[in-house]
Amino acid sequence: MIDVIELRNITKIFPGIIANDDITLKVRQGEIHALLGENGAGKSTLMSVLFGLYRPEKGSIFINGQEAHIANPNDANRYGIGMVHQHFKLVHNFTVLENVVLGVETVHNGVLSMAEARKKVVELSKRYNLFVEPDHLISDISVGMQQRVEILKMLYRENNILIFDEPTAVLTPQEIDELMKIMKELISEGKTILFITHKLNEIKAVADRVSILRKGRLIDTVDVATTSKESLSEMMVGRKVMLEVEKKLAEPKEVILEVKNMSIKSKHHGKNAVHNVSFKVRRGEILCIAGIEGNGQTDLVYGLTGLSKLSSGEIHYKSVNLADKSIRYRSISGIAHIPEDRHKHGLVLDYNLAENLILQTYFTPKFQNKGFLDFKKIYTNADQVIQKYDIRSGNGSRSITRSMSGGNQQKAIVGRELETNPDLLIAVQPTRGLDVGAIEYIHKTLIDQRDQGKAVILVSLELNEVMSVSDRILVMYEGEIVGQADPAKISQQELGLYMSGSKREEVIE
Amino acid sequence: MKAFLAKPTVQKIVAALLSIFFGLIFGFLILLVASLLREKASYPFDAFYTIFTGGLRYTGLRGFGIILRFISPILLTGLSVGFAFKTGLFNIGASGQFVAGGFTAAYIAIKWTFIPLEYLWIVALLGAVLVGGIVGMISGLLKAYRNVNEVISSIMLNYIAMITVSNLISVIKDANNPSRTQPPLARIPTLGLDKIFGSNTADMGIFIAIAVALLIYVVLEKTTFGYELKACGYNRNAARYAGINDRLGITLSMTIAGALSGLGGALVYISAITKVFDSLLVLAPEGFDGISVALLGMSNPLGIIFSASFIAILKGAGPSLARSGFNDEVVKIMTAVIIYASAFSLIFREKLGALINRKGTKS
Repeated sequence: MIDVIELRNITKIFPGIIANDDITLKVRQGEIHALLGENGAGKSTLMSVLFGLYRPEKGSIFINGQEAHIANPNDANRYGIGMVHQHFKLVHNFTVLENVVLGVETVHNGVLSMAEARKKVVELSKRYNLFVEPDHLISDISVGMQQRVEILKMLYRENNILIFDEPTAVLTPQEIDELMKIMKELISEGKTILFITHKLNEIKAVADRVSILRKGRLIDTVDVATTSKESLSEMMVGRKVMLEVEKKLAEPKEVILEVKNMSIKSKHHGKNAVHNVSFKVRRGEILCIAGIEGNGQTDLVYGLTGLSKLSSGEIHYKSVNLADKSIRYRSISGIAHIPEDRHKHGLVLDYNLAENLILQTYFTPKFQNKGFLDFKKIYTNADQVIQKYDIRSGNGSRSITRSMSGGNQQKAIVGRELETNPDLLIAVQPTRGLDVGAIEYIHKTLIDQRDQGKAVILVSLELNEVMSVSDRILVMYEGEIVGQADPAKISQQELGLYMSGSKREEVIE
Repeated sequence: MKAFLAKPTVQKIVAALLSIFFGLIFGFLILLVASLLREKASYPFDAFYTIFTGGLRYTGLRGFGIILRFISPILLTGLSVGFAFKTGLFNIGASGQFVAGGFTAAYIAIKWTFIPLEYLWIVALLGAVLVGGIVGMISGLLKAYRNVNEVISSIMLNYIAMITVSNLISVIKDANNPSRTQPPLARIPTLGLDKIFGSNTADMGIFIAIAVALLIYVVLEKTTFGYELKACGYNRNAARYAGINDRLGITLSMTIAGALSGLGGALVYISAITKVFDSLLVLAPEGFDGISVALLGMSNPLGIIFSASFIAILKGAGPSLARSGFNDEVVKIMTAVIIYASAFSLIFREKLGALINRKGTKS
């Protein structure tokens, strides 16, 4: 078989870190080649080198056996390499068609001629079953559709080597299935795919071979069919990992939180984002709020934590009605919140790690005296949390959080919230974008919290997580709770029916 | 050595010095070119020396006093812009806040005869702080509650403040000499500085300005209050999530920024020389100097003390340039180039960092 890409001895150094250490990687024509690794293992860096976004310090790139000099993405494009970035590069107030042709417009006598482009786009969309409408605005279409536009962009440029950087991180389970189908379609048309991921299921589902990176080094390249998930994760993390969550049966104790008829107005439309929701949470249980993204889970959490005002309803927590209490009051009385969006809410990215680790507690006597911050204690605290939660960064407690990897940012938030020793932990998508090792750790921590008699509310979009971690599931659909389930007794399919609104039942406690 | 150079603070300082260096070189080139193009005799090397020494070779001790006097207002407007910037806000309204504060101080020092004379200057300063603060607060409130961009609201307030003050000047006009305002009854104490440097030069204002700079440094870097304000500025949503009242934070930041500029105005208008309010149809340049000072000082209150002093030295040299056959516009060009260069200081810092790292890996 021909090696369509060969990366030879690639070394890429960033200040303070060797992102790629002498990596040699061969990709065969027509295969789906997965790149597996933890956050910060160097997968994205390596692909950025191939795509011309970074210049490596050492090493060379061969495309179809010829040495290629790729100094920028335009060069990469000339070699037929295209890339779908994790965060899409689309112009939101342009149509699909305009986005696809952007940069390679057909021009007749200085005037744009879209007719040809449209024909080609429609044709491509049909051929690969992408079902993209050329005239829709990007801002009006779903994230899954936007990703297809990115794919279409590569096809339009007649790229043969397609790089996908964690394409499933932003997709719903259904969209993931469809993406997998599209990828197989692309292969059958003779394309070659490089697929960055840290999800083992996806590799098992589509990839032919997988290269495992760890701490900037290539560990091995293996055939997917003959390698077990367990050994893949071991190669990735460098130790044995429990893929199944181990936990004892829950022992629910007294009710700590009771929500009665909570409604919250939507910021986007006139209707309620959360409508007449009631439920209870007990100490010693993990209650999971499941649902497809955008069905009111975010607003429900905002209501519980005080980020949004309730339009009606009550929140009884340890015999106090929280409905009109401040965010600070709720946090002091033992509610911790791992937010959904770590950049928006979770961190002040321009503060260093130590400063971020006291975001909820800077005003307590532990870290201040008469209004003056006690930096000695703040840095000692940071060093402890860093050690305990294995937060990795360039400059330790003095690293600016903006410069840290997503996984380590998340660990910092989790560490900070757990260090407040909460009675009720509200965790929203706590493992989003994390690798197997970190996910294992966070799941274990959630269960630990439960076993210590704390209450945990877990909001998650990942069905696997919902099924394996929770003790009780509530399903939200269009702002309402439409079902309650015991994860031991319900199948994923049935849960899916509740989530899509095809099935509902009154939930009475 | 390498570890020393790798420190962010050191890199910042080196970058600032590089900006100054470029500004001076550019200014010198202009002097050279100008002297080649002109028929009148001029001495570029001589002029450059004059600029570099703030003109002290001609003005002597008295000139030093004048430079000290130049420092205090731009130090305070610099702090105003820098403080707002550290808390994530861009205060372009220093000019208006400065004039509003200056007028208030003058008004109190002229009209509030019911206050014992020895305390009057203090009340005047406090009044300036209050009024400057209110002007700043307007932008803050608009930003906090209506999400109005503070750049726009504070620019507009510059004009509102300037024209309002122009219209109010008649209140403090001298009845016998309509072209002038009445002299203030109380002025900022000179603490004997007038005896050292001669009259009409420095007064206690310079000490007030430096003390305020130190205070702002402590508030920003050492207190929970500063921590809250910076959190609101850097990431309003995260501040809210952490239970900080973000609206209050933003409002207070702009209020404090306004108060600082207002104090700057007071230090000028009831100082030993007492600038005269005549027709106020130009925005107070001290406000815009504040932006330069804050940029060059990297918004750090301690850095701002130095950058304000440096720019004051350049300004002090202006009048003496005529002796070498140039006019003082050269100084303005140099200042402008330095500000330009310091806006690029991020690039200097990156290059510097890369250079150090490359050396590090080679060795």
